[in-house]
Amino acid sequence: MEGLAQDILNGLLLGGLYAVVAIGLSTIFGIVRLVNLAHGDLMILASYLSLFMVSALGVSPLLTLVAIMPIMFAVGYILQRFLLNRVLGEEMEPPLLVAFGVSIILQNLMLMTFTPDARSLMSNLSLMTFSLGRNLSVPVLYLINFFIALAVIAGQHYFLQNTYMGRGIRAASDDKYAAQLMGINTQNTYAVAMGIAIMTAGVAGVLVGMTFTFYPHSGPQYLIIAFGVVVIGGLGSMKGTFVGGLILALAQILGARVFGPGYQLLCGYVVLLIVLAVRPQGILGRG
Amino acid sequence: MPAGAAIQVGGVNVFYGDFHALWDISLEVGRGEIVSIIGSNGSGKSTLLNTLAGQLTPRTGSITYFGESIGSLPPHETVAKGMVLVPEGRRVFPRLTVFENLLMGSYTYKARKNRKQSLENIHELFPRLGERGDQMADTLSGGEQQMLAIGRALMSEPKVLLCDEISLGLAPIVIKGIYQKIKQINALGLTIILVEQDITRSLKVADRAYVMLEGKIVLEGKPCDLTEERVKEAYFGI
Repeated sequence: MEGLAQDILNGLLLGGLYAVVAIGLSTIFGIVRLVNLAHGDLMILASYLSLFMVSALGVSPLLTLVAIMPIMFAVGYILQRFLLNRVLGEEMEPPLLVAFGVSIILQNLMLMTFTPDARSLMSNLSLMTFSLGRNLSVPVLYLINFFIALAVIAGQHYFLQNTYMGRGIRAASDDKYAAQLMGINTQNTYAVAMGIAIMTAGVAGVLVGMTFTFYPHSGPQYLIIAFGVVVIGGLGSMKGTFVGGLILALAQILGARVFGPGYQLLCGYVVLLIVLAVRPQGILGRG
Repeated sequence: MPAGAAIQVGGVNVFYGDFHALWDISLEVGRGEIVSIIGSNGSGKSTLLNTLAGQLTPRTGSITYFGESIGSLPPHETVAKGMVLVPEGRRVFPRLTVFENLLMGSYTYKARKNRKQSLENIHELFPRLGERGDQMADTLSGGEQQMLAIGRALMSEPKVLLCDEISLGLAPIVIKGIYQKIKQINALGLTIILVEQDITRSLKVADRAYVMLEGKIVLEGKPCDLTEERVKEAYFGI
């Protein structure tokens, strides 16, 4: 059983990161009924933006969040307000295709601008650990990821539950027509919702960039992780997203432990399939 | 007609795509009046209310609200002006609490500032809504949901209240209670337009009435002048 506790700890901490990767995808599907296929690419865009700031200003990647968050909010707001809102309607295909187009454009723009080389957001946090007992050590960066993820999810939850705009967003998601009758400009609330979702993607992008290497084409890989988390946890449920992140990450890491590193991804998706078979609405999803 | 009318509609034509839904509608609603619009299913009553509320834009014709042209305003701006629609089927926000539903009624900037006072007024008018503040709206009974839909609309501090089929699917005793509230609301100075299929009920409270058939207004008058026979003729188009 050597190192089992360590693997579980790593899995839980990684789960927090997975949750923040997924929260934006889940939120925007819950509110606008839009599957944002560009979610992962927008994340990676934030990784590159952070890299640019780190090399230009010489600051720690974590500090770039101060600028990345408002920038990504604006990107999300503009994307929804001036592009995706135009194709929202009864059918889900047009926004899906537009998001797919955005994804391709972003990947190729990043390829042109940043070259296909592997990059990462290096900082002295990457190698730090502290130990809990003889066989257990905590990677500091993973711990930071976990707590930032918690803060992002809690912050978004608070915003949606307790502010006028947040309630307006939920009202528009419940009944768009009635929301308009109450004076809610749904075009604007959708855009704010997307702004927030992409802001969380921006945070995820910086954290992922600090933790792993990334390429212009890394987006879809994280989109798939986000889908996995959302399917396991239940669409539109914030608690579910968190639990889904933990389960997917634990499944991957424990799977790698039992069957070997080559089976890491497969184990994650087997768990996903099991959840789909047993509880298709997700663990905390609404029936 | 009086210059101080709350709403004047002149020659309005509304289309759903190619379908001509409202034909040359002209009507007038005076300040503080209760005007009833009756007609069978599909006669265009709801379309008319949705047009007034800004959900639909007339292709031709004018809509004036207290002397100001509002024909092409989107719904969130007509609400800010003080005209609000209680939609057919109540349409409360099911996954918001009763309290949150009411808050959403005061979403416009102006109404938001006075929301505490408005909330008190509405709790006084509908005590049940105060008792059930923390419940999810979809756990309410039909009558309570209708009260919530009306209360929510009143939170916007409207001058004109548009009510679409507020008796639909409710027990007669509940309907009676709701119509009493409508009279109370009117007594506060609000102008009210009622759309109903229940002719007797709505003629009882109305100052004037219009009868619609196939997207046109076919009869107009005071309830006392509208004999059952004339209304039936107009209602069914026979």
